[in-house]
Amino acid sequence: MSKVVKAKYTAEAVAGFTHRTAMEEAARCLLCHDAPCSEGCPAGTDPAKFIRSIRFRNVKGAAETIRENNVLGGSCARVCPYDKLCEEACSRCGIDKPIEIGKLQRYAVEQEKLFKMKTLKAPAKKKAAKVACVGAGPASLACAAELAKDGYKVTVFEREEKAGGVLTYGIVPSRLPQAVVDHDIAQVKGLGVKFQFNTEVKEADLEDFDAVFVGAGLWGANLPKIKGIELKGVYAAVDFLKKARVNKNDFKPGKKVLVVGGGDVAVDCAVTAKLLGAEDVKIVYRRTLEEAPGNMSEFQYALSLGIGITTGMAPDAINGDKKVKTVDFAGFRDKGAKLTLSADTIVFATGQTPEDMSKVAPVKVTDKGTIKAPKGKAGGKFFAAGDIVNGGKTVVEAVAAGKEAATAMIAYLEKKGVK
Amino acid sequence: MAIKKDLSIDYLGVKCQNPFFLSSSPVGSNYEMVAKCFETGWGGVFYKTVGIFVADECSPRFDQTNKEGLPWLGFKNMEQISDKPTELNFENMYKLKRDYPDHVMVASIMGSTEEEWVKLAKMCDECGADLIEGNFSCPQMTSHDMGSDVGTNNELVESYSRAVSKTTKIPFIAKMTPNCKNMEEHAFAAVKGGAAAVSAINTIKSITNLDFENMTGMPVVNGKSSISGYSGAAVKPIALRFCAQVLQNQEIHDQVKKNGYDFGYGHEMSGIGGIETWRDAAEFLALGCRNVQVTTSIMQYGYRIVEDMASGLMHFMDERGYDKLDDFIGIALPNIIPAEELNRDFKILPDFDDKKCVGCGRCYVSCYDAAHQAIDWNEKKRRPELNDNCVGCHLCLNVCPVQGCITPGEIKWKEGRKPVDITMKTKYE
Repeated sequence: MSKVVKAKYTAEAVAGFTHRTAMEEAARCLLCHDAPCSEGCPAGTDPAKFIRSIRFRNVKGAAETIRENNVLGGSCARVCPYDKLCEEACSRCGIDKPIEIGKLQRYAVEQEKLFKMKTLKAPAKKKAAKVACVGAGPASLACAAELAKDGYKVTVFEREEKAGGVLTYGIVPSRLPQAVVDHDIAQVKGLGVKFQFNTEVKEADLEDFDAVFVGAGLWGANLPKIKGIELKGVYAAVDFLKKARVNKNDFKPGKKVLVVGGGDVAVDCAVTAKLLGAEDVKIVYRRTLEEAPGNMSEFQYALSLGIGITTGMAPDAINGDKKVKTVDFAGFRDKGAKLTLSADTIVFATGQTPEDMSKVAPVKVTDKGTIKAPKGKAGGKFFAAGDIVNGGKTVVEAVAAGKEAATAMIAYLEKKGVK
Repeated sequence: MAIKKDLSIDYLGVKCQNPFFLSSSPVGSNYEMVAKCFETGWGGVFYKTVGIFVADECSPRFDQTNKEGLPWLGFKNMEQISDKPTELNFENMYKLKRDYPDHVMVASIMGSTEEEWVKLAKMCDECGADLIEGNFSCPQMTSHDMGSDVGTNNELVESYSRAVSKTTKIPFIAKMTPNCKNMEEHAFAAVKGGAAAVSAINTIKSITNLDFENMTGMPVVNGKSSISGYSGAAVKPIALRFCAQVLQNQEIHDQVKKNGYDFGYGHEMSGIGGIETWRDAAEFLALGCRNVQVTTSIMQYGYRIVEDMASGLMHFMDERGYDKLDDFIGIALPNIIPAEELNRDFKILPDFDDKKCVGCGRCYVSCYDAAHQAIDWNEKKRRPELNDNCVGCHLCLNVCPVQGCITPGEIKWKEGRKPVDITMKTKYE
């Protein structure tokens, strides 16, 4: 029998560093001259600088660097695909294994919270221009923070009751505890950014604003048009994860759960199901693991929980009477392959789609429905970034894009002469 | 948005942006190096020692000690004073002062006769140095008329200090060697000769490692090696000790005042030895040094370490509510007292957190083999259990690998001693 990890849905999967273990890890850092890790961070979090600060016993300075460069530094520390970014770039890979950059970032942010540091400050004298951000996800939060640091009055509109977007509603809490998200959001609020929750914003609501950022994310479900898709027990990943985040341990995912997809979201759905008590959870992906967009470390975590992974098979039909009973799969490339699995629940983590953005702003969209916004500029006073523009990428890329859009907005407002 | 605190300080009447200086060594030996260090954030430089003597160096000339994977615990250096022409060095100092007027230029000099010291002092005057440091302490000079052999000879220290102090009005700092029995007497000789202050410590005479390939010390120079100066993190405790003793010497404070160098702070010592972090620097300042000088950690990591020294020191000040360095300079010195004056009436028993304990048994091993057999090992639970033999030495706390597992616990008063309120340490990292 394989030894599997038993964990609770709301318990953190990985313990953080203590002062001593953080120092041990920071001491492994080679303190490179032109550190490739810092080049490897899309959001410019500058790991080389903050690791050096930890090593030289200036953990508050480390926290400052993180927070100034990446307002969602706490969340990114938990969900970044490090093995594809800074840690892959780490020079230490040439000796043994990379520095655990994400964990050191987490340590510094935890110390920031412990010391009740308030690093970000907005100027007391506000500029006259009013700016709106649509959506309270990573891109919007990053954009709002940059604008507020520059003295703009920012209002964030969010249709849900909490801020965070995918951070709050779309990631398993064992990977990203809500308290971590809330601590990041508190930094944005601390800059004087106003939030209007439970507000589905329309174009008319945005008339009074001098500039508008659209960071609506991707919340439309992408369900395949196959037989039985309307049955009870069929979920889109966004709805499944949100239901779990809202109801926590009261959410019963079913005994046998199938998750279709090969990204981190698929793994999050599978982990969520497993941690909430499902007996048998399988991830089914149509391509090979090598082609899967998900992080290998996430797949390994899923395996450690006893979740199975099947590749090469795509769903063909869902069978059942009102409720899901079995799912037929067919080979995606191997045309002769057939597989039928019984299930109480099937979750489709096969990407999300944009909602109709024309209701919100007069922006141009692609044939996929994403907003056309090169360097964050969506035309006139409208700007956009994050998943709604890039079609769904990482949190850290959304932060980077939100920052970039904020720079474009500031340039626009200054050119327009709204001070 | 980053933290901002005033790190400026007056040193012997010279305005310094911060208390972080390069010490006289390879790290500050030409124009480009010093210019870069200023631009990185160092407040000033003790330029590499200049003499009439121009050094002829060996190769290789460095070695380092390490322990369990930690490199550069200590560092050995065989370089002497500058190997560049005397005039070129003074020209560099002149240009640096001209181009960086807000940074502090300290000319470090070393003569082998009174005439040489006078000649060098005059050149310092001409190059516009803010301060002069006399190097009485390099332990690896190829001439016995210079370096630490001079620094332990009170007559020479006094007469050379006098030669410089009479030649120029620039305040003179005498750099002390730790290769002595009693630093205070040599420091007093310097101020008696007219020095404004002393700096300490220079490096400690050492053989770092033996090389079995050649059966000599490290570094190996044509199959041989020599005793030379040891520095780095390993020497900080020794440096702090010398600084405390010199700063606690009232005669030195009084003599400095007589010399006309009383700016309201008493003897303005400059601290050197194993400084790598803001914390190390703050330790020297808390003892009463008014600036710190750094070399070894720059050799290991580069000038950039000053960024975290400054930022970390500002955060420390912010946390403690200090607005300026003078709010805490010397604050710890009165708490360093003679061993006979310590309260010896009590013992503090260690407290073991069984939940944090990982069951390694290191506390048990150390207590049995090196202390008082006060820990019994519960083999079933794999946990330590304290017995009545404990004397409160805290060896267990010092060997425990788990943060916060063994901490100071109950205070026990020795038989017949009067309990009083005591102050104890509670936070361990």
